[in-house]
Amino acid sequence: MARPPASTDLHPVIIDRSGLQALIDALVADGRRVIGPTVHEGAIVYDEISGIGDLPAGRGDEQRPGHYRLRPRDDDALFGYAAGADSWKKFLFPPTTVTWRVEVGEDGVAVAPQPATPHYAFLGVHACDLAAIAIQDRILVNTAFPDRDYSARRESAFLIAVNCSAPAATCFCSSMGAGPRVGHGYDLALTELPDRAGSRFLVEIGSERGAGMTARISATEATRADREAAAAVWTAASAAISKTLPAVGIGDVLTRNLEHPRWDTVAARCLACANCTMVCPTCFCVDFREAGGLSPDHSEQHRTWASCFAVDHSQLHGGSMRWTTRSRYRQWMTHKLATWQEQFGTLGCVGCGRCIAWCPVGIDITEEATAIRATDGLTRLPAGATP
Amino acid sequence: MALALSTETRVPDAMVPVPYRVVGRARETADTVTLSLEPAAEPIATPLAGQFNMLCAFGVGEVPISVSGVDQGHRLRHTVRAVGAVSQRLCAAEAGTLVGVRGPYGTDWGLESAFGQDVIVIAGGIGLAPLRPVVHELLRNRRHFRRATVLVGARAPEEMVFRGEVASWQASTRITVRTTVDYATAAWKGEVGVVPTLIAGVTIDPEVTTVMICGPEVMLRFTAAEVLGRGVAADRVRVSMERNMQCGIGRCGHCQLGPVLICTHGPVFPWSRVGPLLARREL
Amino acid sequence: MNTIADLIAKEEFFAGLDQSTLEFVAGCGRNVRFAAGDRILTEGEPADTFYLLRSGSVAITFYVPGQGGVIVDTIGAQDVLGWSWLFDPYRWQFDAEAREDVSAVAFDGVCLRTKCDGDPQLGYSLILRFARVMLKRLQSVRMRVLDIYGSGPLN
Repeated sequence: MARPPASTDLHPVIIDRSGLQALIDALVADGRRVIGPTVHEGAIVYDEISGIGDLPAGRGDEQRPGHYRLRPRDDDALFGYAAGADSWKKFLFPPTTVTWRVEVGEDGVAVAPQPATPHYAFLGVHACDLAAIAIQDRILVNTAFPDRDYSARRESAFLIAVNCSAPAATCFCSSMGAGPRVGHGYDLALTELPDRAGSRFLVEIGSERGAGMTARISATEATRADREAAAAVWTAASAAISKTLPAVGIGDVLTRNLEHPRWDTVAARCLACANCTMVCPTCFCVDFREAGGLSPDHSEQHRTWASCFAVDHSQLHGGSMRWTTRSRYRQWMTHKLATWQEQFGTLGCVGCGRCIAWCPVGIDITEEATAIRATDGLTRLPAGATP
Repeated sequence: MALALSTETRVPDAMVPVPYRVVGRARETADTVTLSLEPAAEPIATPLAGQFNMLCAFGVGEVPISVSGVDQGHRLRHTVRAVGAVSQRLCAAEAGTLVGVRGPYGTDWGLESAFGQDVIVIAGGIGLAPLRPVVHELLRNRRHFRRATVLVGARAPEEMVFRGEVASWQASTRITVRTTVDYATAAWKGEVGVVPTLIAGVTIDPEVTTVMICGPEVMLRFTAAEVLGRGVAADRVRVSMERNMQCGIGRCGHCQLGPVLICTHGPVFPWSRVGPLLARREL
Repeated sequence: MNTIADLIAKEEFFAGLDQSTLEFVAGCGRNVRFAAGDRILTEGEPADTFYLLRSGSVAITFYVPGQGGVIVDTIGAQDVLGWSWLFDPYRWQFDAEAREDVSAVAFDGVCLRTKCDGDPQLGYSLILRFARVMLKRLQSVRMRVLDIYGSGPLN
């Protein structure tokens, strides 16, 4: 997933700021809503933009467990930060949506037509998030029962990826094979060139419609120097990743350590607040609940983001199957790093680090994985050991 | 450049229910009702024994209910126990009511894989409902099997589902049926005690026996243990599992038990698959 | 003609005992039959016998005023009926009734206790056998206490 694409024979091109603006304008003219990073309440948040003026120029971030701050950069870079507070999941798989509406009459049930699919363009998709979209595709599109709404949004969404230049201390995408260099699946991929940061972008073309877009704006062919400058960005980004998760074989390690005392240790800290599942770009658990009106003749079903950390997530009539925080934290982590593989063929984590930054008590999934791996087989803490 | 994107979806999302009408209802016990359903428009595919449908009480919600009978044509039978808002509404549905159906989903009991073998069907409480179609198949294709035994446990005689039908199976010479209750009344003629105590009286040839068990999870555990103790291999024992299910199609994430999704990899599993998972508390 | 020793040699309860031990034990035993409806044990009466059921079904009941005999357990072939002959005050705690024709071997409790007192090795191996049956029955009753089919707090 981390290998550079070879999907077209088209060479990369160079655009400047006005070219980027022209790209945004062309997408809007086509009837798309362009979503990009914006600053909102002290965080980078994806929202609708109309131009490059809406982008967080000169902003960087500083992230560590339980900590997220924006900080000023010493340049004017438009994409000089790592994972923001949310992910593209917000648009492809909205937090709440109506799956169907029906009118129940004497003769039968009439199903209301689905509302029109919004057409998006996403500007600034990092490698981790691109990988996360591909992971969600496997669950919501490439199955016997595809989610129509997700599939339609996904098919139409124009993806402009961005190669990370400023990974945060919470990033561990390289351990998960999901970055920092973008993998395949984009229409266009930008690399902000450092020599005149914020002014020039190397644009790699990843699809037919991506090629069609670049044909509509003024772009020059990238020189060898341009390509070397971009490659330097990619190399520097990889080198800047400091956090690692021992991903190789981690599924088996966790599966054979389901009674490890570390689960008790982390459970004592975990608030089961569900922040991690909300910010995670691959989490897909939802509730399907019916919202009846005052009359049972009109009914609609809503799909709403859910979290395995909620105690009623696993509720049966007798009670919840996972009633302790310990079991729910274990469920989340083993799903991401072990059972997801068996269910969907990949791991469920892309190393974006959001769960680490946005955990109010600073629980770090890489630290938990490392600790269990290092004490593989432990069933109780040694006497006198502090957990 | 115009976008050639379709905003219409002709094939509805798999979450959209298909209308069925309640054409009959039979009260089984104080809190359990069997509904007979016929399609109000297009029928769903014919369910296999062991599969389930998501039943929608419009205005309230959906629940997964195993098929308890597949009758002539497209008539479906579902036996519902009133344990929550949706099931209560379904249990109260009068003839003529429209309900939503999605399915059939999940794995089936796979009775044909037991051709030529002894089959033991063990049901506890409402667990007899998903197994009822298996007993029908056993009776219909009796010559394909060696010995056929049905063991039924319930809380008390008046809480046994399909007890009239169970009595007719008992009267048949073609299958051996034994029943037991936890709490007996003076008129009760069957055994008293938990279901595994009935297993003691069954002759078992482990190499050629397939066992199918359905009931509360606690009952699955101690019944499977008893059967394994008689030498039947864990992959010859099948159970039907239950978990919180909101979609039935592998999308909502609620029904996970470790690596398996009850709706997609189950609800029928070999004990070799789920036994070790159930041994992990709160998995 | 089958001796008592021949009969009990086939029963799983006595499996593993050698021939001389079987004959020793069989000396306390005799063949008995009950017809359906016969009362076998009555609460409060002297407990002096244990029965090894060979065929048929027996209901263990408790007399509840207003309800009559409430069946709390049913046992059948291979099961053991009667425990109170082992312990002071040697009185039955429940009733037992044949639900269908029953054949059993009845062992004189005093005879068996005396033999075990004189031969601790025999006593140990018999007590182990009783304990195993008791454990199975206790587990069964505990499972019923769970009330797994009910709709109460455990369900």
